Amino acid sequence: MRPGLLCAALLLLASPALADDERVRPVTDPVVRKECGACHMAFQPAFLPARSWDRLMAGLSDHFGEEASLPADKTEIIRAYLTANAGDKGGQGEARKFMRWVAPQGMPLRITENPAFLRKHRFPDAVWKDPKVVTRSNCPACHGRADQGLYE
Amino acid sequence: MRRSILLAGAIALLPVLALAGDPGRDAILSDYAAQARRLDPAFTGLSAQRGETLFRTKWNGGDPRTPSCTACHTADPRQPGQNAKTGRPIDPVAVSVNPRRFTDKAEVEKQFGRDCKSVLGRDCTPAEKGDYISFMAGQ
Ligand code: HEC
Ligand code: HEC
Ligand code: HEC
Repeated sequence: MRPGLLCAALLLLASPALADDERVRPVTDPVVRKECGACHMAFQPAFLPARSWDRLMAGLSDHFGEEASLPADKTEIIRAYLTANAGDKGGQGEARKFMRWVAPQGMPLRITENPAFLRKHRFPDAVWKDPKVVTRSNCPACHGRADQGLYE
Repeated sequence: MRRSILLAGAIALLPVLALAGDPGRDAILSDYAAQARRLDPAFTGLSAQRGETLFRTKWNGGDPRTPSCTACHTADPRQPGQNAKTGRPIDPVAVSVNPRRFTDKAEVEKQFGRDCKSVLGRDCTPAEKGDYISFMAGQ
């Protein structure tokens, strides 16, 4: 009983530090926040390697079936920010676990197909069909502070 | 005496002020109207009613998840919407609720480009764009 309580207390004490360690650095660039946050949350660059962001930014006119093109100057600002903060440039927090699954030359375009994502998100169909969720990439529907890089 | 004249003037001005739009939105509207006239000399002016029809019609040819504008902006433009593809919430598009709507030309053009392609499977015409904003300006 006593040791159990102690353990719980220790966990509580440790949790702020733990949360900090697990935090994925949020997107701070205003252009990225606005343009890549128009249709969905602006995903943190740490979830994909730099070469994935290069590939994604080169194909905005057919972005998962969407026309998401931007003027060349904005495209370049966004590409530079995403690649400089990508997961293979010292990924942080929870996103580190995602990088382990990316092959050395792999260029995945989806965060939600990474095994690190899939193993934490094995939910019944009913969860995914909830009208508030719509799709797996709608992180803020379940993680209230996803935008701040917190995935509790 | 002077007071009552002033008062009468102020009262006479009130409805005008209430109706007056935002200069940015007015410029966008007159630009669409001018383009429409250039394309069709018989064009007689923008219509909020046609704008409402554009908003509510179920089109064929776009993305099946978004047959109409209401798929994301909901049937009531004063209500918050939700992106039917990504689940992300969307602020109301009615000008009465959100006076900053349709005031930035680049933003408006970018969004018409995306949304008309998604719903109609083609670009909207200048007349359709002006009609749509005319409808939302009265909502
Ligand atoms: C016009 C709307 C739109 C814009 C603008 C947009 N996206 Fe997307 N994005 C989508 C849609 C739709 C999907 C697919 C969502 C799904 O299937 O769950 C998507 C998916 C993604 C995914 C994969 C999500 C997953 O499943 O892991 C990434 C990464 C992404 N977008 C990055 C970006 C970046 C970076 C930008 C800014 C340059 C951007 N998006 C701008 C509509 C958009
Ligand atoms: C339908 C709700 C839902 C959606 C949508 C969702 N998640 Fe999750 N996620 C969860 C739940 C519930 C857990 C906890 C699962 C567990 O602990 O086994 C979780 C766990 C996680 C974890 C691990 C956290 C930890 O402490 O172990 C990460 C990282 C994560 N999600 C990231 C994301 C990202 C990034 C997205 C969007 C691309 C996303 N999630 C979308 C529900 C969701
Ligand atoms: C896939 C979801 C979706 C559909 C369907 C959709 N829209 Fe939108 N619309 C958006 C999003 C997202 C925004 C930008 C977010 C915001 O402004 O709050 C937006 C904003 C706009 C704007 C810019 C508003 C402004 O303040 O400048 C216009 C114009 C517009 N939509 C027109 C239309 C028209 C016309 C249709 C139907 C032909 C339509 N939309 C259907 C998602 C959609």
